[in-house]
Amino acid sequence: MTAQANLSSDKKSPPAILEWMKENLFTPWYNAVITVALAALIFVVLRALFRWALYEAKWEVVLVNLRLFAVGPYPEEAFWRIWVALGLVGALAGLSWGAWGGRNWAPSVVAGVLGAIVLVLPASPNVKWPLIGVLAAFILTHVASMGRSRLQRPLVWGWVLSFFVILVLLKGLGGSQVLADVPTSKWGGLLLTVLLALIAIVASFPLGVLLALGRRSELPVVKLFSILYIETVRGVPLVTVLWASAIILPLFFPKGVRVDNLIRAMVGMTLFSAAYLAENVRGGLQGVPRGQYEAAYALGLNYYQAMRHIILPQALRAVIPAIVGQFIGLFKDTTLVAIVGLLELLGIALSVIAQPEFIGLQREVFIFIAAIYWVFTYAMSYSSRRLEARLGVGTR
Amino acid sequence: MTIQEAAAVTDVQRADVGDYIIILEKVRKRFGDFEALRGITLRVKRQEVVVIIGPSGSGKSTLVRCINHLEKHDAGRIVVDGIELTRDIRNIEAIRREVGMVFQQFNLFPHMTVLDNVTLAPRLVRKWPREKAERIAMELLERVGIADQAHKYPGQLSGGQQQRVAIARALAMQPKIMLFDEPTSALDPEMIKEVLDVMRELARSGMTMLVVTHEMGFAREVADRIVFMDAGLIVEEGTPEHFFTNPQHERTKLFLSQILHH
Repeated sequence: MTAQANLSSDKKSPPAILEWMKENLFTPWYNAVITVALAALIFVVLRALFRWALYEAKWEVVLVNLRLFAVGPYPEEAFWRIWVALGLVGALAGLSWGAWGGRNWAPSVVAGVLGAIVLVLPASPNVKWPLIGVLAAFILTHVASMGRSRLQRPLVWGWVLSFFVILVLLKGLGGSQVLADVPTSKWGGLLLTVLLALIAIVASFPLGVLLALGRRSELPVVKLFSILYIETVRGVPLVTVLWASAIILPLFFPKGVRVDNLIRAMVGMTLFSAAYLAENVRGGLQGVPRGQYEAAYALGLNYYQAMRHIILPQALRAVIPAIVGQFIGLFKDTTLVAIVGLLELLGIALSVIAQPEFIGLQREVFIFIAAIYWVFTYAMSYSSRRLEARLGVGTR
Repeated sequence: MTIQEAAAVTDVQRADVGDYIIILEKVRKRFGDFEALRGITLRVKRQEVVVIIGPSGSGKSTLVRCINHLEKHDAGRIVVDGIELTRDIRNIEAIRREVGMVFQQFNLFPHMTVLDNVTLAPRLVRKWPREKAERIAMELLERVGIADQAHKYPGQLSGGQQQRVAIARALAMQPKIMLFDEPTSALDPEMIKEVLDVMRELARSGMTMLVVTHEMGFAREVADRIVFMDAGLIVEEGTPEHFFTNPQHERTKLFLSQILHH
């Protein structure tokens, strides 16, 4: 492209960009018509949107309730625990970027710029300094670990461990002074959304893989169970599963045993997601040629070894886009737990616009949470593409 | 688990079979209505190189694949290195540890480097430490002439190179027997020789080999014995000398005339 552009600018003098536009946007004549029409449409839509966003929208509703959107009714005296959790994630992210990303300063520079922006923003010091602390944790660990690929294996365990550490941090320990128990009914907002999605993803992944293997198993009972499970769950809408786990499930437990509402929702989402994941993984397994199984077995590998080292790595790699697509769906489906009374991001939004002083401001609130969902889902699909590119080595 | 059973996990029962490392007795195999093997009896001695030839669909590949239980035989007996091939997974795995296999389509693991392909099974199955596995893998890659490709992926190699990696991968388990299932049939003509050279060298080193192939030159030169199969049965067997100069059966003569004068 650039070579071409250079060539044309050497010959005559219309700037390369005009040349490119003429070739790609205005030739032949009907392309020109389409270009002009679409440009006009985009202009009209964007102008209306910007005019509304800048002059008419009352963004106070978002600013005033920012804390609610972030964590819901989580008690203020325990906020430091969320910040510590974020700091832990920031440090792990920094280390990971350093260990896998090679000698690349860009992530640290971006984090530094973000920190500078936070510094000059008129935010409350209760938010400003912890946020800068999280960014600093990221930058420090990133710089310290750049290019150290030996950290990769310990880091995987670090992430697994941090998952439980964070849960304990947020939930607290019953009877502890420092980490007082925070009932899950006090969890909300983006915090709850992310936790729900994360736990459902982490828990449903191994379950889905097992179900996929089960469905292809030669043991009739295992196979039958897997098929029954997958087909039953896939035949039922998620809302139904959530209702079932919230209302029907307690009937099976002895009186007095109360299963936490949040845990029921998590179990429901996990079981639901596992069935879909199993079908995605099965698609990947079917794409692995028979010869790969035969070569593995002929070398003396047993079933577990063949799956773990030969079959699953190839099968999962082939279905990364499908799996990430499913996880993106799962992230957005967390909104459905609002139905069983949990105040995740959408639940909070609904409760905010129900307040008398914010009546008529649905538009602002929904656009705001839509933007949050978009940022998270786009980050997921972006990392999926990066992951694919990374794992593409040797699969030509 | 009783003590006897516990012992059996590590050391499966071995029969005393004298000189014969592979014994097939009246082995039968059917796929639906099609009878691929209709009673095969064959004995292979240690260090013997047996080449199996025959028209396509004659059951050659099925026969070889029954020996390491990639196909289950329906009837008859298979005893490999004194271990009877039963439904018992311990016996199957014990036999597979002793038997290396090279496939027509190479079947290298595309997501691993050449070196990882070769070291994987010794590390997982033989429990060798990485250093030992890699040292022996490099020796083997040297032996098949592709040590310089050790850190490439299979997809970056030519067909002939891939098949030589596959041979090194099988040898890394230090098998007592090597099975070759049409190892040169998927190769471009100019790459066949490099693979046959490796197999020739292997035969000279004293490996017991069972080779399904259409390479008559290789059969004539390397085989101790040639087995001709047709329609699931062994029609004729003998030394290359006997086989190429003085075949007894009409079917053998017809096959040889077709394959030698096309």
